[in-house]
Amino acid sequence: MTAQAELEQETETMTVREAIRQGLREELERDEDVYLIGEDVGVFGGVLEVTGGLYEEFGEERVRDTPISEAGFMGAATGAAATGTRPVVELMFSDFMGVSMEQIMNQMAKMHYMFGGKAELPVTVRTTEGGGMGAASQHSGTVHTWIAHFPGLKAVAPGTAASAKGLTKAAIRSNDPVFVFENKMIYEQSGEVPTDEDYTVPIGEAAVEREGEDVTVVATQRLVGESLGVADSLEGDVSVEVIDPRSLYPLDTDTIVESVEKTGRLVVADESPLSYGTHAEIATRVQEEAFFSLDAPIQRVGTPDTHMPFSPPLEQEVLPGDDDVRAAIERIA
Amino acid sequence: MAELDLDSADGRREALRRMVTIRAFDQEAGNRFADGEIPGFVHLYIGEEAVGVGTCASLESDDYIASTHRGHGHCIAKGLDPKYMMAELYGKAEGYCNGKGGSMHIADVDAGMLGANGIVGAGPPLATGAALSIDYQDRDQVAVGFLGDGAVAQGQVHEAINLASTWDLPAIFVVENNHYGEGTPVEKQHNLDNLSDTAQAYDIPGVTVDGMDITAVAEAVAEARERARAGDGPTMVEAQTYRYRGHYEGDEEPYRDDEEVERWRDQDPIESFKDRLIERGELTQEEFDDLRAEIEASIDDAVEYAQETDAPEPSAAYEDMFVEQPPELERFANVARTDGGANGGDHR
Ligand SMILES: Cc1ncc(C[n+]2csc(CCOP(=O)(O)OP(=O)(O)O)c2C)c(N)n1
Ligand SMILES: [Mg+2]
Repeated sequence: MTAQAELEQETETMTVREAIRQGLREELERDEDVYLIGEDVGVFGGVLEVTGGLYEEFGEERVRDTPISEAGFMGAATGAAATGTRPVVELMFSDFMGVSMEQIMNQMAKMHYMFGGKAELPVTVRTTEGGGMGAASQHSGTVHTWIAHFPGLKAVAPGTAASAKGLTKAAIRSNDPVFVFENKMIYEQSGEVPTDEDYTVPIGEAAVEREGEDVTVVATQRLVGESLGVADSLEGDVSVEVIDPRSLYPLDTDTIVESVEKTGRLVVADESPLSYGTHAEIATRVQEEAFFSLDAPIQRVGTPDTHMPFSPPLEQEVLPGDDDVRAAIERIA
Repeated sequence: MAELDLDSADGRREALRRMVTIRAFDQEAGNRFADGEIPGFVHLYIGEEAVGVGTCASLESDDYIASTHRGHGHCIAKGLDPKYMMAELYGKAEGYCNGKGGSMHIADVDAGMLGANGIVGAGPPLATGAALSIDYQDRDQVAVGFLGDGAVAQGQVHEAINLASTWDLPAIFVVENNHYGEGTPVEKQHNLDNLSDTAQAYDIPGVTVDGMDITAVAEAVAEARERARAGDGPTMVEAQTYRYRGHYEGDEEPYRDDEEVERWRDQDPIESFKDRLIERGELTQEEFDDLRAEIEASIDDAVEYAQETDAPEPSAAYEDMFVEQPPELERFANVARTDGGANGGDHR
C-alpha cells in the first residue's frame, strides 16, 4: 500500500513519540492480556519518555517497572508469552541487547520451531537506536540487523509517525516475537497519523513515501525523512522515489523490486554499519530479481563501520544523513 | 489436590511407577544411543528420579515446569508419554516436537512442560515468566524452574529469582545438586556448602533436602507451592542427589571413582522407596518385580514405536519458524529444497 492510501483516512498530527504512545495505549485498552514491562517504563515514563502517562492510566500491574535485569526480564517475557499473556518489553537502549541476547537468540527465537510449532510467543520488544544526541558509543548503536538476521524473530523500524503507531500495534497483535526499533532522533518528528483504533501497518509491507522515475531510495528510520527532503530539493533535476521498507524482516522485496524495475537505480540508506548488513541484504535481493533492470551500481549509505563517537564533530562525520543520500544519488543519476 | 497424593497407597504406587519408568526409559535411551540409533547427545537422569517425581507429585497437573538439558525425568514425572518422548529422541515426526527438538528440547506446553533446555540456566527466567502470566491472570497455578548445581553460577538464574522474589511471583526453583557440572565438582564452582543459602540474598526461603528421598522432596515442594499460592513468593529447594551415569553418554568420568558412585547407589531413591512400601505392607517384592517388568516392556514398545514410526519429510524443516510465516522462507526454501522445490529451484 502507498503511504498516501493509508492516509486517506481520518488523521491527526502528532509526533513519533505520541504515535507510539497512542499505539501502546490503544492496545492496552483493547486487550487485557497486554502489559508493558521494562526499566523505568512506569512512574518515570521511560527514559525517552515514550510511556509517559501510561502508568497513571493503567496502573502498576500493566505498566511494570523491572529491576535492571535485561536477561531476567527478557526471559520472563518469553516464558510469559509462552503461557498465555502478551508482554511488551522496553529495552532502554538497543546497545543493552547483548546483555539479554541469550534469552532472545536461544529461547525467544527458537522455541516455536524447536517445539514443532506448539508454543506461540506473542512478545513485543521495543528498543531505541541511533546516534545524533552525543550519547557516545554505548547508547547510540544501530543493531537491528542482528535481529533481522536471526531466524525466528521479526524486526520492524518505523520512519514516520504513522508507521510508528501502525507497526507498534501490529507487533503487539502478532503471535510471533516482533522487535520494534525506534530511532531516538525522530521522536519529536511530526506527521499525520490515522486515528482509527484498528489502524495497523501489516508487518512485511513497505510504503512508497514518494513516487519518482529516476532513482529509488530505500531508506529507513531517520533517513526516510532526510531522503524525502533530498528528493524535494532535487525536484526538476532528478526524480527520486523514496520507499520505507518499515519491516526489515520480513522484507517487502516485491515493492522494492518493482520500483527498481522502473527507475533502474538504487540507493539503500540505513544507519546500521555498512559491512555485512541490511544494505547488503536489500541490494542482494534486488540483484537476484532485477539484475537486468539495473543501470548503475547500487549505492549504500550507512555508518562507515565505526562506533558512534562522542564529540559532535566526530559524530556528525560518521552519522549518515541527507548529504550522504544526496551524494549517493548524484553518483548514479 | 496434588498430582500424586503420597499420603495414599495409590499415590505412592504411582510415584514408584514413575521413578521406575524414568530409570527404564533412560536405560534404554542410553543403550540405543550407544547403538547409534539416537543422534546428538543424551543426558541421563538415572539416580535423580526422586527429585523430578517428588517435585511433580506436589504440583497440580496444570502447573508449569521449565526443565534442563537433563530433562527426560522431568517429562515423565510431569506425565508425558514415553512413546512420544522416545520418538522425539529418535527424531521422528510423531515425537513431541515433530522431531525438531530431540532430547535437549522436549516440550509439551499444553501439559505444562515448557521444554528441556540446551542452555544451562535458561529455564529459571522462563519459569519466572510463566509465574508472571499466572499472577497477571490470577490463575491457580505455580511454575517450577529446575536447574543444576552448575547453573546456580549463571547470572540469568539470579536475575530470574530476584525478579520472582521482588514481584512475589508463584515460582519454585528446584536446584538439582548432583554434585557435578560436567566434570567439575560443586566445591570448585561455589564457595557455599548449601546452594540454597543463595536464597537469603532474595529474602525467600531456601531449603536443602535429601534428594534421594522422594517424600523429603515432595514435602518441601508442597510447602513451597502453598507459599507461592498464598502470594508469598518463590522458594528455593535444593535437592542433594547424584547421577549414576556420566554427564552424557560416552563420558569417561575421570573426575570421580567407583567408590563414590557406590556410596550414592546405597541410597538409591527407587530401592529405598520400594523397601519402605514393602515394610508398610502395601507392596511385595514380587509385585515390584512385576511392575518393573511391565514398565520395561512398555519402554521396549516405545523404542519399537520410535524405530518404526516415520521420519519427518525433509520439507518440514521449513515449517514452524513462525505462526505467520514470512515469504522469505518459501523464497529460500525454493532454492534449498532437496526435492527441487515448488518452482524448480528458481528464486522467483
Ligand atoms: C550456557 C551454557 N554453558 C555451558 C554449557 C555446556 N554444558 C552443558 S551441561 C553442563 C553442566 C551443567 O551442570 P549442572 O547445571 O550441574 O547440571 P547437570 O548436568 O549436573 O545436571 C555444561 C557446562 C551449556 N549447555 N550452556
Ligand atoms: Mg550438576
